[in-house]
Amino acid sequence: MQTTRVETMVNFPPIDLTTKIEKIDQTKNRNSPPASSQMSRRQLIQKIVFFFFRGAAWVNGVALLIIIYFMVANGWRAITWTFLTQAPKDSMTKGGILPCIVGTLGLSLGAIIVAFPIGIASAIYLNEYARPGRILRLIRLGINNLAGVPSVVFGLFGLAFFCIYLKMGVSLLAGALTLGAMTLPVIIGASEEALKAVPDTYREASLGLGATKLQTIFRVVLPTALPGILTGGILGISRAAGETAPIMFTAAVFFSPRMPSSVFDEIMALPYHIYVLATAGTEIEATRPLQYGTALVLIALVLGLNLAAILWRARLRKRMQ
Amino acid sequence: MERPLKMVSNHLHFYYGDFEALHDISLEFSENKVTALIGPSGCGKSTYLRCMNRMNDLIAYSRMEGELLLDGEDIYAPSVDVVTIRSRVGMVLQKPNPFPKSIFENIAYGLKVNGVKDKSKIASKVEKSLIRAALWGEVKDRLHDSALGLSGGQQQRLCIARALAVEPEVLLMDEPCSALDPIATQKIEELIHQLKITYTIIIVTHNMQQAARVSDITAFFYMGKLIEVNYTNTLFTRPKLKQTEDYITGRFG
Amino acid sequence: MANTRQIKDRGMNVFFFCIATASITILFMISVFLFMEGLPIFKVVSVKDFIFGSYWYPTSDPPDFGIFPLIIGSVVVTILSAAVSIPLGVMSAVYLAEIARVKIREIVKPIVELLAALPSVVIGFFGMVIVAPFLQNVLDIPTGLNIFNASLMLAFMSVPTICSISEDAIYSVPTNLKEASLALGATHLETIVRVVLPASISGISTAIILGMSRAIGETMVVLMVAGGAAMVPASIFDPARPMPASIAAEMAEAPFRGDHYYALFATGIVLFVFVFIFNIIAEHIAHKYRQVGEASL
Repeated sequence: MQTTRVETMVNFPPIDLTTKIEKIDQTKNRNSPPASSQMSRRQLIQKIVFFFFRGAAWVNGVALLIIIYFMVANGWRAITWTFLTQAPKDSMTKGGILPCIVGTLGLSLGAIIVAFPIGIASAIYLNEYARPGRILRLIRLGINNLAGVPSVVFGLFGLAFFCIYLKMGVSLLAGALTLGAMTLPVIIGASEEALKAVPDTYREASLGLGATKLQTIFRVVLPTALPGILTGGILGISRAAGETAPIMFTAAVFFSPRMPSSVFDEIMALPYHIYVLATAGTEIEATRPLQYGTALVLIALVLGLNLAAILWRARLRKRMQ
Repeated sequence: MERPLKMVSNHLHFYYGDFEALHDISLEFSENKVTALIGPSGCGKSTYLRCMNRMNDLIAYSRMEGELLLDGEDIYAPSVDVVTIRSRVGMVLQKPNPFPKSIFENIAYGLKVNGVKDKSKIASKVEKSLIRAALWGEVKDRLHDSALGLSGGQQQRLCIARALAVEPEVLLMDEPCSALDPIATQKIEELIHQLKITYTIIIVTHNMQQAARVSDITAFFYMGKLIEVNYTNTLFTRPKLKQTEDYITGRFG
Repeated sequence: MANTRQIKDRGMNVFFFCIATASITILFMISVFLFMEGLPIFKVVSVKDFIFGSYWYPTSDPPDFGIFPLIIGSVVVTILSAAVSIPLGVMSAVYLAEIARVKIREIVKPIVELLAALPSVVIGFFGMVIVAPFLQNVLDIPTGLNIFNASLMLAFMSVPTICSISEDAIYSVPTNLKEASLALGATHLETIVRVVLPASISGISTAIILGMSRAIGETMVVLMVAGGAAMVPASIFDPARPMPASIAAEMAEAPFRGDHYYALFATGIVLFVFVFIFNIIAEHIAHKYRQVGEASL
C-alpha cells in the first residue's frame, strides 16, 4: 500500500526509491530493538562518516595553507625593493626578477587581449544565437576538449605553429598567442555563465520594445553580464600568468640581458624562472632564497587576482539576490 | 456599434515540438476594446498572447500554423520585419521586468533603439509616457535613480510606460497584476480603462473578477482550444457552454 | 528597410558563429601540427616499436625511441594520484554540497578554487624542496623525487577539478527527491548514499574522468618531482619519467626537425590521444546519462 503511494509521489526514473525504503524497513523489523537505540546507532555512524567528509574538505584548506606557509616563511626575506626592481646578476645568483615580472605581465595581458574578444563573442553565439542541435553540440565538444588539452601540448603547438610555421620565433607574441588559445575555454565558460544569469525577461522586454537582437545584446544583455564576464577575464589572466609548459618552447628563455622592447623579443617569465633556478641554475642550493622569493611573487600575483575575482563575484551574487 | 478589427487570428495552431499547445484558434480583436483571455493555467492563453508579437519565435523547436493579421496584414509573412511588428504590438509581462538602468533610461530605451536621437524629444516622450502610466507624480524627482528601487506596483507601471513610449497600436498584457498587491492592482486596472481610449488591449488573466472588471470581451481557453468568446457581461452571466459555466463558477479542476 | 534589418541580423548570426568555431579550429590545428611534426618519426621506428619499445635513449648512437616506460610512468602516476584525489575530491564535494552550513561553505569553496589556481610550477617546486627531503628522511629512501611524491602533488592538482564538478552535480539533485527520502525516516547519511549519490553519479563520473585527464596532462609537477628516470618502475618509490615531463625536458635540446624532435612531437600525439579519449568518455557520460533536474555539464 505504502509503496505504491511513494511511487506516485516520486516518479524520477533512475532511482528505485521504493525498494530501498523497503530494505530499510525490513532491517528494522528483523532486528526490532527499541527504536531509540537503533536511531542513535544510525546517528552515530552518520556522525563518524560526516567527520571524515568534513576532514576531507579541510585537507584542501590545510594543503593550501601549508604550501603558502612554506613559500612565505622561506621567501619573505628575499622580497626587497632591489629584488623587485632589478635584473638578475652574476649568472642569476644575485639581483632581482624585474624582467620576469615584466615578461609575465606582458604574456598574460597579451593572452587576454587575444582570448577576451573571441571568448565573449563565442559565448554570445552559444547563449544568444545558437539553437540546440548537432552543431551546437560539436562546438561545445570542441571547447571542452580544448579545455582538456595538456599544457605541454599547447607548448608543442605554439612551437610548431606560431614560432616555426608563422616564423614568429621564440617571442612574447608567440607565447601570448599560445596562452591565449589555452585561456579561451576559461573565458568562454565564465562569459557564458554570466550571460545565462541575465534574466530572459530583460531580453523579452527589449525585443518587445522593438529593439533588434543586436541592440538587445549590446544595450541590455552585455551591460548586465559585464561584471561576471570581467571576473572571468581576471581568472583567465591569472591562469595565463601561472602557466609554464606552454611558454617553455614558445616565449621564455633562461636569461635575457635586456628588457623586451617589442613583441618579437624573447622574454623571461616568473614561472619559468622558478623552474630554471630550481633545476638547472648554476648554484641550485645557494639560490634557494631567490627561488622562494620568485615563487612568493608568483603566488601573490596569481592568488591575489583570484581572490579579487572571488570576492567581486560574491558581492555580485549578493546584489543579484 | 462594431469597431474596425485590429487583429484577427485565423485557424491558428501552435506546437512546441510535437506537442500542440494551441488548436485552431480563430479570434477577432476590435480596435479600442479590452479583450480578456481567461482559462486555467496551461490552457494556452499566454502562448497565444506571445504569438501576437512573435515572441514565440525565440523558442527553439516551436512552430505556428494559420495566420495572424494586424490591420489585415499577416505578421508571420516572410517579408514582414519582426522588429517592426514588436514595436507596433507592445507587451507587458507578468512580473515587472525593468532593466537595471535608471527610470529615465528604461523609458528612453525603446525610443533610442528605434533610432530617436533628439534629446529634448526623448525627454518629452519620457514625461508623457510616465504621465499616461500614472507614475509621473511619484517619480518625477528621481528620474535618474535606478528603476530597481521602485515598488512592485510602480515597476509594473514603469513597464507599461516603457511600452507606451514606443507608441504601439496594440498592448498585450500577460497577467500584469498577478505579482502585485490589491492597491497596485486597482491602479493598473484604472490605467487600463484610460488606455483603451487610445489602444487595443489584450489581457491574459486568471482572475475572473479582474476580467469582468476591465474587459469588454472575454475569451475562455481550455486545453489549447478556444471554448467560448462573447461580450464580457454575457459570458459571465449567461455562458452558452457547460465548460465555461463550470470554470467561471469555480466548479473546475 | 525591413529586409536590410533581417539581413543584418542574419549576418550577425553568421559572424558570431564564425568566431564561436575558433575553439574547434584551434583544436583542429593543434592536431594537424602535432601530426605534421610527429609522424616523420615513424619512418625511423614502427608505431609498435615506438609505443611498446622499452628503451628511451633518444640521444645515444644509435638512438632508441621506445616510449613504453614513459607511458607506464604517466599511467602509474595518474592512477596513484586518482587513488588519493577521487576519495578526497568526492568527499569534499559531498561535504560542501550536503553537509556544510552556508557560512562554512562560503569559506571552503573559495579555498578549493584557490588551490586550483596555484600555479603548477609552485606545486612542483614545493614537492621538490619540501616534500622530497621530508620523504627521503622519513622513509629512508635514496630519493624523494619519485612516483609517490609526484602522485601526491598531482592529486592536489586534480582534487579541485573533481570537487567542484562533483559538487555542482550533487547540488543540483532536486530537493524533493531528498525530502522524499528524509520524510520516510532515512537519516541524512542514508539519504546521501542511497539517493543523492546515485542521482548524481553521472556528474561525479565526469568529474573523476576530467580530474584524471588533468593529472595525466600535467607537466611541471611530474617534470620537477617524478625523478626523471626513463624506465619501467618497480615500486612506487622509484623515479619515473611521464610523457609530459619527457617532452618538456628534452624539447629544448632536441635538434630542430631531427628524429628526437619528431619523437617528442609523436609523444605529444600519444598524450593528446589519451586526454582526448578521457574527454570523449566524459562527454559521452554527461550526455547520455543526463541527470534528473538541472545537472551541469
